[in-house]
Amino acid sequence: MAFETTETVDCDILIIGGGMSGCGAAFEAKFWAGDRRVVLAEKAVIERSGATGEGLSAINCYMGQRYGWNTPEDFVNYVVNDMMGLAREDLVYDVGRHVDNSVHLLEEWGLPIWKQENGQYERIGRWQIPIHGESIKPIAAEPARTALGPENIYERVAITHLLTDDDDPGKIAGALGFSVRDNRFYVFRSPVVIITTGGASNVFRPRSVSEGLGRTWYSVFATGSAYGLMIPAGVEMTQMEHRFVPTRFKDGYGPVGMWFQYFHAKVLNALGDDYTVTRADELGKYEPYGSAIPTPTPLRNHQMFLDIRDGYGPMYMRTDQAMQALSGGDPAKMEQVRNEAWEDFLDMTISQALTWAAQNIAPEETPSEVVLAEPYIMGSHSGEAGAWVSGPEDVTGSGAAPDYFWGYNRMTTIRGLFAAGDGVGAAPHKFSSGSFTEGRIAAKAAVNYLADNPGRPAVTGEQVQGLQQTILAPLATYDRHKGATTAEEINPHYLTPKQGLVRLQKIMDEYGAGASAWYTTNGPTLERGIQLIEMLREDLAHLAARSPHELMRCWELVHRAWVGEAHLRHLLYRQETRWPGYYYRSDYPNLDDANWRVFVNSRYDRAADSWELMTRPYRNLIT
Amino acid sequence: MPTFVDPNTCNACAEEHLGPLCVYICPNDLMALDVVANKGFNQEPDMCSECYACVKLCPQEAIRVRGYADFVPLGALVQPHRTEDGLQWEVVFRDGRRFEFTYQSRTRAAGSVAPYQGFTEDSAADLRNQNLAGDSVWLGVDKLPAPARGRD
Ligand SMILES: Cc1cc2nc3c(=O)[nH]c(=O)nc-3n(C[C@H](O)[C@H](O)[C@H](O)COP(=O)(O)OP(=O)(O)OC[C@H]3O[C@@H](n4cnc5c(N)ncnc54)[C@H](O)[C@@H]3O)c2cc1C
Ligand code: SF4
Ligand code: SF4
Repeated sequence: MAFETTETVDCDILIIGGGMSGCGAAFEAKFWAGDRRVVLAEKAVIERSGATGEGLSAINCYMGQRYGWNTPEDFVNYVVNDMMGLAREDLVYDVGRHVDNSVHLLEEWGLPIWKQENGQYERIGRWQIPIHGESIKPIAAEPARTALGPENIYERVAITHLLTDDDDPGKIAGALGFSVRDNRFYVFRSPVVIITTGGASNVFRPRSVSEGLGRTWYSVFATGSAYGLMIPAGVEMTQMEHRFVPTRFKDGYGPVGMWFQYFHAKVLNALGDDYTVTRADELGKYEPYGSAIPTPTPLRNHQMFLDIRDGYGPMYMRTDQAMQALSGGDPAKMEQVRNEAWEDFLDMTISQALTWAAQNIAPEETPSEVVLAEPYIMGSHSGEAGAWVSGPEDVTGSGAAPDYFWGYNRMTTIRGLFAAGDGVGAAPHKFSSGSFTEGRIAAKAAVNYLADNPGRPAVTGEQVQGLQQTILAPLATYDRHKGATTAEEINPHYLTPKQGLVRLQKIMDEYGAGASAWYTTNGPTLERGIQLIEMLREDLAHLAARSPHELMRCWELVHRAWVGEAHLRHLLYRQETRWPGYYYRSDYPNLDDANWRVFVNSRYDRAADSWELMTRPYRNLIT
Repeated sequence: MPTFVDPNTCNACAEEHLGPLCVYICPNDLMALDVVANKGFNQEPDMCSECYACVKLCPQEAIRVRGYADFVPLGALVQPHRTEDGLQWEVVFRDGRRFEFTYQSRTRAAGSVAPYQGFTEDSAADLRNQNLAGDSVWLGVDKLPAPARGRD
């Protein structure tokens, strides 16, 4: 029998996840917490874990306050427009005012940032600075590891459930998980928990379904765990209907930002037309956001979507024209541009470089296909799904916005439970630097909470043992039933995690406005999807695992399924099409600012197994 | 595949105190050691993001990537080689064209950072304000911005 050993870890602050925001949280928590015990639990190894493990070619959130480039207010204006009117101004402002500190520290810790001749950082766009970022993750991880001390970092421990206080389910008490290496079950008991477990890929059926299942755009390691841990614990979530549909180089998902903003390349359709020109009138349907500068990302997607739907593809990024124009016939300049172009992929999306090499694409000669990908759900990049959290006191406190503030910055609706990065909703465009910063913001607030709320959480063996049995059940299910057939994968008593994943992806794609449904759905389709996903949730009680590795896959799937279900329910609730280019409600095809410029929130009630959906008002705290 | 291990080059990290380094580092728990053959292998290739973490770390350069069968034609190679402060990339096209790119990864050696050096914030006196640790040195402006109140 596996997992005979149970290790109980008592600490004062537990950080779950050691990605960008988790490393930021660890670094900041230890500074303020002094000799209180701060522990980090991570399913991989923090030097390469999470969405930035592969590296980055740019930091996409930097104000440049010291150069006078931008103020946090500018940032709020930009983000609110890009999100078609919906983002929490207090949270976005807070990231904006703090983020430069983190970027300067990353540089100090060894991150090479490109410079202009005048010594200032080079710029790609208004908020983006280019970096030699292959090692951004080990660079961000080092101070976290040093600050906490290696003995307080529990790696290869997958967290599956949160614990709430026995006497008060509105209060956090810790978390449970298991090691995929040393056969140990872990009980973390902590009065403060910070969730930083990242966004969700592979909820929708991706465009490549065999080996290419791993080449999702958002990292395949992003299993929706931030949401999958919080939703079943009863945390109020916001904007779970939001998704991001990235325009990316086809199949390898290479980024396009550098090509548009730095190399000034254009995407042209098969007729040689530029959809931003031929579809310019389309923007007028979505005012006031249609005339915002820059054009919001969903609207640019929408223009391209119309071209593809009407049969004008393939769409080509004219890398050839852009590189020829930039080099102006100078071989030395071409050499430099070629170096920069390949670095963009080799620093961050190496697969795209391999795809180019294998398809004989030299970008200075051959244009490259771009497509709209499948939808992704996250809260730190261009998405805004996540927990509804309390804002910063000096922006939202003192009665300025009672429904935005309940005492501690980035605290969720469960006391003592904080979130950051992809886990925080309505606060998009944080990216790597902003997520690291939000982890820091949450950690400092968490130390404040701890100072005001001394005392240990109450956790009985009963709660732990009940959940432990549930967590390990897939191993027992496999053992009990494996003999029922001559082919173990086809078994009437269980599903493998891969089978369950494919089922989730099919439901989401076909009912939840996925790529194969042209990103379109309606009320009855969503209702049917919800029926099917409820059955999937029942079937997930019959997952089977043959090893700790597969057991981790089982719980990743459960987390993804929570994301999928919340997404469908939120899509159904919001009766408008706010983000054309991301999804379309055929029964409510218009943007409806009069009724729907509000946040859609939800809470799952475990005891009643029911969902409550509601709206929260938009507050112009900055704009 | 996507990553695969050359059986003639992998030595199972016989000398490494962390054990097989590919197994140690893979963010998705894919690399495993085949205990019979005593070689590393990818146990779940369709969950590999080709992030190259294992490729970059393997002391023997025994790990390569064969692009996803779904859409990558055969015959190309993208292989990093470690340099003192970065990586040198060897890129070979299907048609045989060959490029080399070298990029820096870091400006200071790993392990040389003292986390809170020079910070002037006081962990007790400054706990309740809005400043983050190190603001006085690293924010880049004298004062943390605060918005005008009561706009709503
Ligand atoms: C393809 C891609 C390109 C990007 N490009 C850029 C860019 O150019 N510039 C930029 O600034 N930003 C970029 N980003 C965004 C940036 O990577 C994210 O915003 C940031 O990493 C989010 O931080 P996070 O801490 O929320 O999540 P992550 O950094 O993903 O960290 C989540 C962590 O939680 C761990 N974890 C997950 N589940 C569990 C569990 N159940 N138990 C224990 N641990 C768990 C994971 O292993 C991981 O370490 C990009 C992201 C992607 C995916
Ligand atoms: S890191 Fe390289 S040498 Fe070590 S076990 Fe893996 S493949 Fe073999
Ligand atoms: S390339 Fe990345 S995901 Fe694939 S096996 Fe190596 S470390 Fe794991």
